[in-house]
Amino acid sequence: MKPAPFAWHAPDELEAALALKAEHGGEARFLAGGQSLVPAMNFRVAQPAVLVDLNRIATLDTLGFTADGTLVIGAMCRYRRIERDADVARRLPMLAEALAEVAHPQIRTRGTLAGNLCHADPASEMPAVMLALAARFLLRRKGGERLVAARDFFLGPLATALAEDEMLAEIHIPALPPGSGTAFLEVARRRGDYAMMGVAAVLRRGADGRCAAARLTLCSAGPVPLAADRAASSLLGTRLTAGDFAAAAALVGAEIDPMGSVQASPAYQRHLAGVLVTRALSLAAERAA
Amino acid sequence: MKITVRINGANHTRDVEPRLLLSDFLRHDCGLTGTHVGCEHGVCGACTILWDGAPARACLAFAVQAEGHELRTVEGLAPGPGQLNPLQQAFQDSHGLQCGYCTPGILMTMTAFLEENPKPDEAQVREALSGNLCRCTGYQHIVDAVLRAARAAEQRKPNA
Repeated sequence: MKPAPFAWHAPDELEAALALKAEHGGEARFLAGGQSLVPAMNFRVAQPAVLVDLNRIATLDTLGFTADGTLVIGAMCRYRRIERDADVARRLPMLAEALAEVAHPQIRTRGTLAGNLCHADPASEMPAVMLALAARFLLRRKGGERLVAARDFFLGPLATALAEDEMLAEIHIPALPPGSGTAFLEVARRRGDYAMMGVAAVLRRGADGRCAAARLTLCSAGPVPLAADRAASSLLGTRLTAGDFAAAAALVGAEIDPMGSVQASPAYQRHLAGVLVTRALSLAAERAA
Repeated sequence: MKITVRINGANHTRDVEPRLLLSDFLRHDCGLTGTHVGCEHGVCGACTILWDGAPARACLAFAVQAEGHELRTVEGLAPGPGQLNPLQQAFQDSHGLQCGYCTPGILMTMTAFLEENPKPDEAQVREALSGNLCRCTGYQHIVDAVLRAARAAEQRKPNA
């Protein structure tokens, strides 16, 4: 229950951190909030030879909206700052709604969104929320950068598209168009636990009141956060009635692959998915009115 | 490596390995054994301290990271030896502890909580308490103690 030895570097500049990662590659891990990495190190599941601590790089602790309404969240922005931001709560309410379900206040004071996404736990809420909000991730490495869509970032349990020399430097979340409504719902055994099933719904009504856009994503529903695209597409052009939601929920079963746990069998997880999809769609539609 | 960490207003300078957890630094290197260690993976909350005023798990940070920050532990609550602060007094008055192992972490969580929410309702207290486990399962009396401390603080206010 004590970490194995490692060399610790805590640079003040992003460039220095990227240079260290380029030098040490897979032997090194970036340390952000430490709320997933340090437990793994305490268990010695993770034994990085080098830790590149990002906590002293002030330029990574950023949170703000660009002129076109995109929310940009820096690698060292902690959950606590995001969940307490009034503009975030108003413009991207699903983010604040889902953050309240992430672990406990004492974890959210330290934990970062970027660190959570790099950990890529398929039971975690935030990867599914990023898919639902069509987020894009800015990956930086020494001498270069690229933008990756959230849906292309998660490759498997604890596996991402990050190369050995790359850092998830910024999260970009586009503005929700007028007429949008969102909802995040989950069921967990205890407050703050990982969800047995979680659902993020984004709906938009057109001028005629019919569904003009729909996105539906789930956590704890497979090896990666899943987008239930067929279920979401089934809603397009509908009047978003209870019957439309039930039809979408019936389609979700074929799109998920829950793995089960000591807390919930795959059959129970499938049941929860149906119930939560119906409720989340209904709530999102209400909010889109 | 040599580090200086500020805890309860006093500087502690020690020579440590980077892998030393902050929880072990507090207990073994500084002798501040009031911070308890339960699960060592961030679940139980026994090691909760205040890091720049915000509650955090001491088992999920390295001591070397704490340089330049203000830490507060349960030893920093009482006004003097043999005395209790109002929150600690409320825990005694409401029987808010049984074995006491989880108590330091809960006191630190609730110290920060009450600073931000001086007049909480029961649901808010339970939400704030959700990150601290009590295996004696005496949660009701803990909730009572926090509400009692909030009421007492309200009554102490001038012109209340």
